[in-house]
Amino acid sequence: MIEITIEDSTGKQTILDIPTDINLSLMEVLKAADYAILATCGGIALCATCCVQVVKGMERLLPPNNSEMDMLDVLPNANQSSRLACQLRINKEMDGMIFRIAGKD
Amino acid sequence: MLEINTDICIVGAGPVGLFAVFEAGLLKMRCHLIDVLTQVGGQLTEIYPQKPIYDIPGYPEISAQELIDKLMKQIKPFQPGFTLGERVETVTSEPDSSIIVKTNNTTIKCQALVIAGGLGCFEPRKPNIDRLIELEGKGVAYMIKDPEMLRDKEVVIAGGGDSALDWALFLTPIAAKVTLIHRGDTFRGVPDSAEKVFRLAKDGKINLILQSNIIALNGDEHLQSVSVLAGNNALTTIPADYFIPLFGLSPKLGPIAKWGLDIDKSAIEVNTVDFSTNIDRIYAIGDINTYPGKLKLILCGFHEAALMAQSAFKYVYPDKKLSFKYTTVYGIPSF
Repeated sequence: MIEITIEDSTGKQTILDIPTDINLSLMEVLKAADYAILATCGGIALCATCCVQVVKGMERLLPPNNSEMDMLDVLPNANQSSRLACQLRINKEMDGMIFRIAGKD
Repeated sequence: MLEINTDICIVGAGPVGLFAVFEAGLLKMRCHLIDVLTQVGGQLTEIYPQKPIYDIPGYPEISAQELIDKLMKQIKPFQPGFTLGERVETVTSEPDSSIIVKTNNTTIKCQALVIAGGLGCFEPRKPNIDRLIELEGKGVAYMIKDPEMLRDKEVVIAGGGDSALDWALFLTPIAAKVTLIHRGDTFRGVPDSAEKVFRLAKDGKINLILQSNIIALNGDEHLQSVSVLAGNNALTTIPADYFIPLFGLSPKLGPIAKWGLDIDKSAIEVNTVDFSTNIDRIYAIGDINTYPGKLKLILCGFHEAALMAQSAFKYVYPDKKLSFKYTTVYGIPSF
């Protein structure tokens, strides 16, 4: 079990306890936790509605693959701490990380 | 304007829209498909044709393109019509309850409409910039249809992807001045294009502004300038006749959102009895619909198509009684 902190668009922080063996992406976890994320494309780095800002722990994530990087390249409001939650598979290295929800419709 | 009369009009020619032709065909209902893309297959053909799919019953593994090819073969006996490369703009009801579906070039009269639009249409992503929407068509353009329109004009392009680089290079010899504004300081796009842009910037032929964002557009009847905020908080104004934001495409419902359908989080709400919407004679199947327990899977869309066809039968053949038949017993009828 790991703890991840999620900050919503109002700034409210919530800690999620997540089993590390669930084999889900952060996007799927956020949807399961009832965050209003559209995830229109279903997880193929195509819509960017699951975009998050990594507030703490960026160095613990694997670098973005090409399709995620292509999307982050064109997003108007993305920056160095932006990632697509659909491309982040939950693993034990993510314990203690903080993410801010940044995706828009 | 081309006019077509059919039993069922299907918006979206992805796997679920294609299979709907088969299920309708079994009940002797003719179908016409419309898709904004110029080929059938939806996202399978457009985005990941070579990707393997593992959850199609009976196929331990099948490539996306192969699945589409097989669906096309499967529906061939039913001779569906296709309107490709056109987007449905309006849907209206006739006094006799039939439905009129219109693109910019085609009018289709049908007895039932099936929306199998998948992710929706891909539309340009709009950045959050003051007065952007207001100045659309008055200097703001998301795509360049006629580059000649930009001849000898001052053009500002924003974005950091391949298309921003390519258009900056293409327009440099045409426009009076091209300014490329990027929020980062590097381009990950095709290295050759990035190198050319940096070289042209060094030679003073492209005005390249890095680590900066456009925050406002200025002008009354037409765009006159853009306000640019640099990373060091310096605010500058750059004269501009045209502003072209190139921030990629994002899937949207598009005109579907304006047809009076009940929508929840960009998906069409349906009744799971027959996948009908809140409007009589309009159904929604596949990734574009939503209901409790919805799974965005091709196989779920196939199931939805079968139930939809059974329900739509009453609109196409109001005087006939529907009898359920197995293909193993009766084979495949054809037109």
